[in-house]
Amino acid sequence: MTAATVDRAASGARGDQPPVPDGAITITVKIMRFNPEVDSEPRWESFGVPALPTDRVLNLLHYIKWYLDGTLTFRRSCAHGICGSDAMQVNGVNRLACKVLVKDLMAGGGKHTTITVAPIKGLPVHKDLLVDMEPFMEAFRAVKPFLITYGNEPTRERVQSAADRERFDDTTKCILCACCTTSCPVFWNEGSYFGPAAIVNAHRFIFDSRDEGAQERLDILNDAEGVWRCRTTFNCTDACPRGIQVTKAIQEVKRALLFRR
Amino acid sequence: MQFHKYDVVIVGAGGAGMRAALAAATEAGHAPRTAVLTKLYPTRSHTGAAQGGMCAALANVEEDNWEWHTFDTIKGGDYLVDQDAAEIMAKEAIDAVLDLEKMGLPFNRTPEGRIDQRRFGGHTRNHGEAAVRRACYAADRTGHMILQTLYQNCVKHGIEFFNEFYVLDICLTETESGPVCTGAVAYELATGEIHVFQAKAVVFATGGFGKVFKTTSNAHTLTGDGMGIIFRKGLPLEDMEFYQFHPTGLAGLGILLTEGARGEGAILRNASGERFMERYAPTIKDLAPRDIVARSMALEVLEGRGAGPNKDYVLLDCTHLGAEVLETKLPDITEFARTYLAVDPVTEPVPVYPTAHYAMGGIPTNIHGEVLRDNDNVIPGLYAAGECACVSVHGANRLGTNSLLDINVFGRRAGLSAANYAANHELIDLPENPTTVVEEQVALLLSDHGRERVADIRTALQATMDANASVYRTEETLKQALHDVQALKDRYAHISVQDKGKRFNTDLLEAVELGFLLELAEILVVGALERKESRGGHAREDYPNRDDTNYMRHSMFYKQGDGLKSEIRLDYKPVTFTRYKPMERKY
Repeated sequence: MTAATVDRAASGARGDQPPVPDGAITITVKIMRFNPEVDSEPRWESFGVPALPTDRVLNLLHYIKWYLDGTLTFRRSCAHGICGSDAMQVNGVNRLACKVLVKDLMAGGGKHTTITVAPIKGLPVHKDLLVDMEPFMEAFRAVKPFLITYGNEPTRERVQSAADRERFDDTTKCILCACCTTSCPVFWNEGSYFGPAAIVNAHRFIFDSRDEGAQERLDILNDAEGVWRCRTTFNCTDACPRGIQVTKAIQEVKRALLFRR
Repeated sequence: MQFHKYDVVIVGAGGAGMRAALAAATEAGHAPRTAVLTKLYPTRSHTGAAQGGMCAALANVEEDNWEWHTFDTIKGGDYLVDQDAAEIMAKEAIDAVLDLEKMGLPFNRTPEGRIDQRRFGGHTRNHGEAAVRRACYAADRTGHMILQTLYQNCVKHGIEFFNEFYVLDICLTETESGPVCTGAVAYELATGEIHVFQAKAVVFATGGFGKVFKTTSNAHTLTGDGMGIIFRKGLPLEDMEFYQFHPTGLAGLGILLTEGARGEGAILRNASGERFMERYAPTIKDLAPRDIVARSMALEVLEGRGAGPNKDYVLLDCTHLGAEVLETKLPDITEFARTYLAVDPVTEPVPVYPTAHYAMGGIPTNIHGEVLRDNDNVIPGLYAAGECACVSVHGANRLGTNSLLDINVFGRRAGLSAANYAANHELIDLPENPTTVVEEQVALLLSDHGRERVADIRTALQATMDANASVYRTEETLKQALHDVQALKDRYAHISVQDKGKRFNTDLLEAVELGFLLELAEILVVGALERKESRGGHAREDYPNRDDTNYMRHSMFYKQGDGLKSEIRLDYKPVTFTRYKPMERKY
């Protein structure tokens, strides 16, 4: 990155700071800033933030927004890894800011640590850490991510064995945070690639015994922008905050295409 | 300013909003032009954080029937529940679950392949004999699965969403027969532009306001916007003093650990390892309703039996469940404990303490989801469902799982009502200058008129609410809270927003949200002060008993005049009874 760095460490930009808790250390949070209303290109800015080892990175971002610079912009909601709003690059790796703790990032237990935060890659940046999710959601919607059935519905529930239910359990965990897709080198280079998250959500239905739309989805994923673009780098699996075996799911979809299960 | 015209506008894209949208689009027999406006991106709503299950008397694993479910809901709500509404909810619960399954929801299954069910607090066999397996579930991610399934079906049916559109006002047009809802006004976060949505029917499904408290299971975005908008229009809010504290929040953090853990057999213990719920609820013990368990935990701590270095929490013991049950039926909460407290539930008990969780009160509606403007009359064209609404099916204390049920049953009803109303009515002219309120609000907050920081006021608000208006309340603590909230409203008048831009101004957004929080906190405290009894989630140390003679009635709060500091008028509404007479509440 060639962007200029501005240091605003604990300059007290917004008046008095709240009391620093016992045991806090000062963390330098270096953030990639970009506001198209005023910036011509992204720039780095650093803030000094008092933090406890148990703090989530999200807490640090909130501290900056609430006490140092109200213009810092990012999405967040649930703050415990369920809603998928706050995917970002933390020290160069895609993480949910609410699910990575300061202690997990402290190298060697040093007194002073720098944490680098940047927007997830491959989606247009709207402002600071907030990106345009539409291309990502479009790919999701394109794989028909819903149960497809034909004929009359049963009066009661559809019967599904526990084993059949287990078959697609892993891919039901997806929270559409985009950590996987925006960690994928193929997606960075060719934004037209569906990306891991869309394939994960196709997998969730292709392997659901109640579903009758597997063929339609497989045809979509057999497309030039489909599963064959995957180069099995495993970035997606490493990035998934829900622990989904993303690469494995993609491989299973590839096999289903080869053998038309 | 941009102008849009729809038949039905739904505000909120959580469970209730999307269920309403699907009902309008697929069940009404015609397809009204429908738009869903949401402050967040779809699937970010806090429905996704619900864990344990959704109750319905399917009787898939043991004998059950919806009448028992009705009774449990009414007794669980300490008899403040409107009994006709509870009966509808319990009866329609069965189809609500089956509908979700047909939409694709991956429920856990029994060995026979049917929807599996587990125990949950306050849900019993035959009017309190023993805990019953009634909660249909998908591991401890039932809310996540409901949110995803509903969104998937919205994609399937091409529902139109306006993402990151923050609704800040509704349009009420005066007619000969009274006010009629004619639209909503939204602030587009991406651009700062104001949008007017003219509509025949508007459905509010905007969620709760847990962020008035510091320790809460609620998302940062749950700031009671919808309730605040309705209240500022001079329309009533109901039963706002009843706020639920979920017993098992991760100690110090408030992150939810599902009651489903206790449904699977986990046990609450104090510092000496005693299973203390045996003393407070001898029959169903750890599966007593949430208000009772939360108070029991608070008492253990107050009386010096808390665990930990500061004796300020109790322990949720899951160690006897075994790794297999934890990994397959409770995987998310197992991970939360590991991630946020570095505690492994497989081998150690988890520190827990009550966390602010759910508003029983809200925008008063009838069983069709129509919003009331007083005890007897509705606002034509205006509907509400989910946590922001008060039907009232939860009374003074909601039973676990009944919120996921509420959003599905009454979300559907509100969507259908709105669609049917839209089919039979013409668009009515908007009031003059529909954007004035929002434009002035935004301009004022962005102007230079003080140096108060949003975060300072919000932190002070949450501190006083935690200290003075949570599990136990007294005249003294509530008066302190009222004094503090009113002083914070004064400070709010001098608030400073640092970001003056138009693009994704979340600094401005937080300032607007804080205004709603202050408004709702005051209503909660005023209601709690006036209700000199203990009932359900409202526990007054100075009035420890339920007083049916004076307080068997819903509270109705009205805003008197304009401005954040206007007076609150308190009125009352009778509770609807069908066949259940109030009894002493024992478990």
